[in-house]
Amino acid sequence: MSLVRAEQLVKTYRMGDVEVQALKGVDFSIEPSSFVAFVGPSGSGKSTLLNMIGCLDHPSSGKLAVLDTDVATLDPRSGATFRGEHIGFVFQDFNLIPVLTVYENVEYPLRMVQKWPLEKRRAQVLRLLEAVGMADQADKRPDQLSGGQKQRVAIARALVSQPKLVLADEPTANLDHDTAYRVLQLMKKMRDEFGTTFVFSTHDPKIMGEAETIFTLEDGRLQNEKESNHA
Amino acid sequence: MLDVLAIASRNLLRYRRRTLLTLLLIVIGMVAVLLFVAVAGSFKAMMVGQFTDSVLGHLQVHRKGYVASIDNLPLNLNMSAAMVAKTEEALKANPLVETWSPRIKFGGMFSNFAETTSIRINGIDPAREAATVPLLPGRLIEGDKAKPLVERGNILIPVLLARGMNTKVGDTVVVVATNRDGSVNGKTFVVQGILEGVTGPGGRDGYMHIDDARALLRMSDAEISEVAVRLKDFSRLGQADKQFKQTLGESTNKEGKQTIEVHTWAELSPFANLARMIDLMTLFIKIMLVSIVLVSVMNVMMMAVFERIREIGTIAAIGTPPGRILSLFLAEGLMLGVVGTAAGIIFSLAAIFGINVWSPTFAFGQQQNLVMAPTIAAGDVLAIAAMVVAVAVLASLQPAWKASRMDPISALRHV
Repeated sequence: MSLVRAEQLVKTYRMGDVEVQALKGVDFSIEPSSFVAFVGPSGSGKSTLLNMIGCLDHPSSGKLAVLDTDVATLDPRSGATFRGEHIGFVFQDFNLIPVLTVYENVEYPLRMVQKWPLEKRRAQVLRLLEAVGMADQADKRPDQLSGGQKQRVAIARALVSQPKLVLADEPTANLDHDTAYRVLQLMKKMRDEFGTTFVFSTHDPKIMGEAETIFTLEDGRLQNEKESNHA
Repeated sequence: MLDVLAIASRNLLRYRRRTLLTLLLIVIGMVAVLLFVAVAGSFKAMMVGQFTDSVLGHLQVHRKGYVASIDNLPLNLNMSAAMVAKTEEALKANPLVETWSPRIKFGGMFSNFAETTSIRINGIDPAREAATVPLLPGRLIEGDKAKPLVERGNILIPVLLARGMNTKVGDTVVVVATNRDGSVNGKTFVVQGILEGVTGPGGRDGYMHIDDARALLRMSDAEISEVAVRLKDFSRLGQADKQFKQTLGESTNKEGKQTIEVHTWAELSPFANLARMIDLMTLFIKIMLVSIVLVSVMNVMMMAVFERIREIGTIAAIGTPPGRILSLFLAEGLMLGVVGTAAGIIFSLAAIFGINVWSPTFAFGQQQNLVMAPTIAAGDVLAIAAMVVAVAVLASLQPAWKASRMDPISALRHV
């Protein structure tokens, strides 16, 4: 059973009097525990697609099911609940909360979204910080970390609530090549350890080679699907 | 809730200078309002106390129509013995009443054998008058304070009259008065004391014993002009007034006409308007405080939302429900209000304590060297504090609502 399934997905934006079609009938499916990249140039529709999979945006037409839920039917409140329970996010700019420590940033989804009990929460946060190699930096604030460290924390935060799916929009765009490579290796390791599906967007050809399945988007259309030799 | 407060406090500390400036505004506003309420309230209480405890009493009972003609001190509108008895019966039965004092008020001529002038006189029972208006004995600026307030054959005269007529304690004077029938009678009195004048009705009257007044006016019946009433608790004046207006105010004569009327001090003194003016000024000062808190907190919260748009997008994207985002920003407003209010109360109470230690004096009307002793009721402090905290939360509502309804995609794209 597919984790994500899209059929004839269309997304149209209105910019003033002009209608812009960001996605023009896209079909794809993503299997559980896979490591998937959407690649393509800027404006090809990668971020739009990830936003819709993440229930942050609704399709204009077509069908999009995530974990067998038709995401088009979710209102903002139930969308937030669905994201909190099933989807983790990793952002290009890390987007850690600056007033919280590393520990508190990772703890945030369990504390403010899912309300885990303290002891269980503590054990889970420490487990994730250990897994991403940031346990010794737990008391630091984001402004005391390097870019790679921030992204490790962001990955821990995305995984802490044990989601089925992690969406990463250009997760390595603000990292140098070596750090980007290590972050991708970490994401793969997390996938292996937790069985989480990772879907990320990139237009960096060196990074896209690490994906096991690559969907190429161009001008709002899916050009091809390629199984990488990493699979 | 504690989680929300913990994060809200961190966010407030993120912009320390801005938070401190906002808190400072709230503190200044709180101190200004609480000080004003304390000083104005004390001034009002002192002023009202001067009227009620020196001259008027808390309530007065008259024959119907007397107050409308009070400037003439009409003897034909005195209360009959039957009315007095009915009044005293009602006063005795009411547990709110501490004591009362019957008075005969009349106008006459005052002569020191060299000059003559007009005088307004209260015929009083000295002990009951001193109990009903306890500040009256303290107004004696010349004369023996150990003696009863005024003994038979003696008179107390106001200081302005004493100066104008060059009259001293121990001098013999003549008081001439016209009685109800129009006949004139005169009687000699010894000046027992000189009274400090007070602002307001009756503040420059002379006093003699009620029996002397009856003799001077050749009254055969136990009639009186008014009954001044003192309550046990001044704050229950409204309740007592209502009760007496129902019991005494409804008494009628054979023709079915109202015979007795009851008035509070405020209905008898034009200075009640001054007290109302103080209340109005207090209201305006409170409105100014509300405006200061509203504008400063709203400004800081709008800035907070604007500066944290991407952060709001992030927490919304990772599943924070809109209601939780709303509460995060409301909590910041709440904390600004609570901390500002707490600091404001501390500084205000310190300032009030400081003024009480300093004890500045001021003049009110003819009274000099009145000591300013501001006090504030705990209820007033709590009401103003609750108002400030509520306004701070209210001011955060619009920015918080905006944050909670923000589109996560647009917020995450915000630069």
